[in-house]
Amino acid sequence: MTKMLQHSGYEEERLQRVAELLPCREVQAGMLLSLMGQPQQCSYPSIFIYGHRASGKSHVMQVLLKELELPHATVSCVECVSVALLFEQVLLSFFGCDAASLLPRSPSLSDFVRIYRQHCSQTPAKQTRYIVMEKAELLRDTDANLLPALLRLQELVDDNVTIILLSEIVWDKFRPNTGCFEPLLLHFPDYSKGELQQILSQDKHPSYSAEFYSSYINILLGVFYSVCRDLRELRHLAALNFSKFCEPLAEGKVKETDTHKLWRNIEPHLKKAMQTVYLREVSSLQWEQLQQMEERECGALRGLSAHTHVELPYYSKFLLIAAYLASYNPARTDKRFFLKHHGKIRKTNFLKKNEKTSNHLLGPKPFPLDRLLAIFYSVVDSRVAPTASIFSQISSLVTLQLLTKVSHDDQLDAPKYKCAVSMDFICAISRTVNFEIIKYLYDFL
Amino acid sequence: MSTSSVSKGCFVFKPSAKKKKTLSLEDHFSHGCESAESSEKRFKLCQDLWDKIKSDTEVLQDDLNRKILDSLLDFTRKCSSTRQLSDWASQMRASEIPTAALVLGVNVPDHDMTFQSLSELLQQSVTPHVASVQAKECGALKHLMKRVLERLMGTDVTVDDEEEEEAEQTSTPLHKSVDFHLLNIFPVFQKSNTPGKKRSSPSRDDPQQPPVVIIFKDLEAFNPKVLQDFILICSRYIERLPLMFIFGIATSPSTIQHMLPHSVSSLLCIELFQSLSCTQHLATVIDQLILTHHFPFKLNAKVLQVLMSIFLYHDFSVRNFIKGLQLALLEHFHSQPLSVLCCKKKDALLNVMQLSHSDLERIRNLPSFKRYRNTQLNAHTSKESNALGYFCFQEVCQKLIKGLHKYHKNYYPVLRCLHTLTSSLPRYPLGKQVRELHLICLEKNVWENEDYQTAMKLLRMLAKDELVALLQRCVEILQPVKSKKMKNAFLQLTDLLSIHMKLFSTLLEMNESRRAKKLSPFEVLRNEALEFLDNLVKSHLSPPESHTLNEVCYYTSSATVRRHLNATPRTSIQAALNSPYYYLQNDRLKTVDGSVSNSAPDICIAYKLHLECGRLINLYDWLEAYATVVSAAEGNNPDSDNYGKVEEVKHARFIRAVSELEFLGFIKSTKQKTDHVARLTWGGC
Repeated sequence: MTKMLQHSGYEEERLQRVAELLPCREVQAGMLLSLMGQPQQCSYPSIFIYGHRASGKSHVMQVLLKELELPHATVSCVECVSVALLFEQVLLSFFGCDAASLLPRSPSLSDFVRIYRQHCSQTPAKQTRYIVMEKAELLRDTDANLLPALLRLQELVDDNVTIILLSEIVWDKFRPNTGCFEPLLLHFPDYSKGELQQILSQDKHPSYSAEFYSSYINILLGVFYSVCRDLRELRHLAALNFSKFCEPLAEGKVKETDTHKLWRNIEPHLKKAMQTVYLREVSSLQWEQLQQMEERECGALRGLSAHTHVELPYYSKFLLIAAYLASYNPARTDKRFFLKHHGKIRKTNFLKKNEKTSNHLLGPKPFPLDRLLAIFYSVVDSRVAPTASIFSQISSLVTLQLLTKVSHDDQLDAPKYKCAVSMDFICAISRTVNFEIIKYLYDFL
Repeated sequence: MSTSSVSKGCFVFKPSAKKKKTLSLEDHFSHGCESAESSEKRFKLCQDLWDKIKSDTEVLQDDLNRKILDSLLDFTRKCSSTRQLSDWASQMRASEIPTAALVLGVNVPDHDMTFQSLSELLQQSVTPHVASVQAKECGALKHLMKRVLERLMGTDVTVDDEEEEEAEQTSTPLHKSVDFHLLNIFPVFQKSNTPGKKRSSPSRDDPQQPPVVIIFKDLEAFNPKVLQDFILICSRYIERLPLMFIFGIATSPSTIQHMLPHSVSSLLCIELFQSLSCTQHLATVIDQLILTHHFPFKLNAKVLQVLMSIFLYHDFSVRNFIKGLQLALLEHFHSQPLSVLCCKKKDALLNVMQLSHSDLERIRNLPSFKRYRNTQLNAHTSKESNALGYFCFQEVCQKLIKGLHKYHKNYYPVLRCLHTLTSSLPRYPLGKQVRELHLICLEKNVWENEDYQTAMKLLRMLAKDELVALLQRCVEILQPVKSKKMKNAFLQLTDLLSIHMKLFSTLLEMNESRRAKKLSPFEVLRNEALEFLDNLVKSHLSPPESHTLNEVCYYTSSATVRRHLNATPRTSIQAALNSPYYYLQNDRLKTVDGSVSNSAPDICIAYKLHLECGRLINLYDWLEAYATVVSAAEGNNPDSDNYGKVEEVKHARFIRAVSELEFLGFIKSTKQKTDHVARLTWGGC
């Protein structure tokens, strides 16, 4: 059924195998093949391929280069914490470890080019060499000259080499302001529903028929297609829920062809999966265990976000409350809340033009340490000595990410913080110490 | 040391190694110790006790962590075994990295021990490849990579697999020679991959491929970006390398979702493990170390209160609590010469006989002993009071020590009985935890407490079956105690209970025959039981201060403990500025009325002068005042011209003192008046 890929440079048989491995990506593969030309022909210096996650970019490249046995180097830019690793990997896969070991410590681009040329003249390319760079968007964060140089590496090293950049971001976001060589752009569109169905149906369970699995995929897509089009996720979900789908079959209640009954059986289950396992609230392993026990104790398993309760020492709780108040109340109103004889001041007197919007909508504001401590001493009900452990609690709240430090780490004098907890969290905390936080919040006056 | 060199220059002399003789712990202990002659013995006692406490807590911790560690170990085993399965479902799922989210609570200092034993257990029973990393050593991705690789390579050596050793041999010199230059990380990493890969591909039947476990000790403190990148990299190798993560989480598991976006967290298969809460942990520690007569060393109410409040109010750290206990132990043996008697009964009786004359004199001067003597004098004739003379004195001490040990033996079971009875009452009049009750009992006579009366009242209102169940539990507590009085109490209580039971059955019959008749026999019996308990409490739960020689076992200086454990920097600074003698110990600085002497350091003088000012301080006036004080210190004649004159040196000294005060946060410059500074503290002389 698959469309034939045709190209004069390669054997029919191989092209056929490639086509089988690349369902629904024939157009793109064909385009790439014609761009690449015959192995010995000189190719375009750089190609930029973009498309969403799991739209088959790396897969297509891998299959093409492997099956057609072309010399290539594949580099993931996440892994290259320095350019040295990048250069090394390229040299390693083209010329072996001799070349890689020639690189000096912290090599520059010209070192790389020099060594490349040296080895290239010893073993000149019979075929086009390909360098595939995955997650190319990370190249933008490296040295400014790296990306433009890579794009015209062919000229620099004087070799038949092509750079293929793979990214999820469009080329416009890459273009350096100094300008550079424009690569050929190639877009991988998202898979359509039909295509997803076709691809997912391929990894069928060995002990069931292909039609049966295909009908299962159809049901699965019916539920999940509206929220998720990521092929990898869908494949994962399909694998997780298949055993449940087969349950009535194993019990002998339903025949393989009775799709309606099967659908009725699986549909609520899939909906539940959408709320839990898809969001990674529940891990796949737990999900499988859940399927096995089922019925008996449903809902016994709580997701990750259900565990929000945090136990804190007594003063840490009050420090956190004070931080929350300092973050969400304007500093002018502190008098009103924390002074004994503040008189009756209505909210309208306080109101400034820009403060009509709720502070909770605007998010937490930074506050200095002094203010935090002043509020702390007035909300905590007993007299607290300003001991070292109070201060160390503030910094441990910062490491626990309940507070965030706004000022720079080097600034020892009057550091500034922000409170990073939610309203619900702080309400729960203040309930445990019998503190009515709502009364002290300007927004709820 | 000299050099014969014509030219001038700098020469480095390395200090010769064996010059300094390091003082042993014991020397430190006896240095400045009260009554040095017995210090050796006391040091030994102290160390024995501490060793026992340490080993006991370690065992305790292991026991408490056993459950969670076992389940973690199971998890790792399961993960590595499911990887080997080749059925359809697990193959489809193989791309996820198994991850254990270990929620440990906010008491971060305690976690070290847990992770230590976890990685030891993992290395013993599951896999040699364990690397644990901390956030502070992994600021950037390359540092994280480096740490992980270092630790994995280090552990590789122990494996006696042929290929693995080969890889090790080639890789170790490599990374040693270039000192982990970044260039080499990748090949090293790949080499560490290859043994696993090579082994698994030719021999599929190889049953277990040990997983590579990476432990992130404090997940919250990691830079999210670093973590994300690291996970992305790892997921590229998951098919070849059986990786596994363990996240140590201090707050709540939802932090994972805050830190990792969906695209990254979808690469993980997270399972949750919740550890015991730290309050429970502390309760067990107190139960084992403090509420027992096995340890002769005791804390009085105030010290225990200080340690407890540091735990509950400040850090939740059990480790710090034990450190506090250690400090109290050390201080007690260091400062109290009579602590030679703070040991097991047998040894204590022996030690009494070996007490020196001065020690015996010390005993005579103990407040508790004076009280005892007075009562003896009042109660008996002069002939018996002679018994307190020198010869029989040691026997009397022995008797008293015995009495103290007996008191401890009886105290704890009765305390537990009272706690079982009162801990289930509504609104907990005597506290929910046994430690709260213990504190009440340590402070004063518990039966005079109002809460005790209400508790007793509530107990009288309990339903029969509840009361019987509670009494039953009391019996269980009293049963194993080896002490005459407790044996008696146990027998009496069981008698009471059996009568209860009998009457209980007859009650049912009676109820059937004659309805709503008076139930007086039960009330009588209940009153009897409670009376009995009340007597138990009154005879055994008296506070330790009322017992003679309690000073031997009880550490009382709560102020010392507080000063050492809960430092107050501001108070110290103010103390230093107010009375420099306190820290400098120079006799010239000694003053009587709390004022600062003229020869005090500049900053003290400036501080003292600034206390006399209002909110804004005129710098020039301040300088003049300062110059006057300093001139007086130099002994200049008050009538001379130079007196109080500001010269350059004084000016400079003043400026330095002012800037030091600013640094300490007492003053700051203000925009209101250019030649003024603002005070940041309240109050004056």
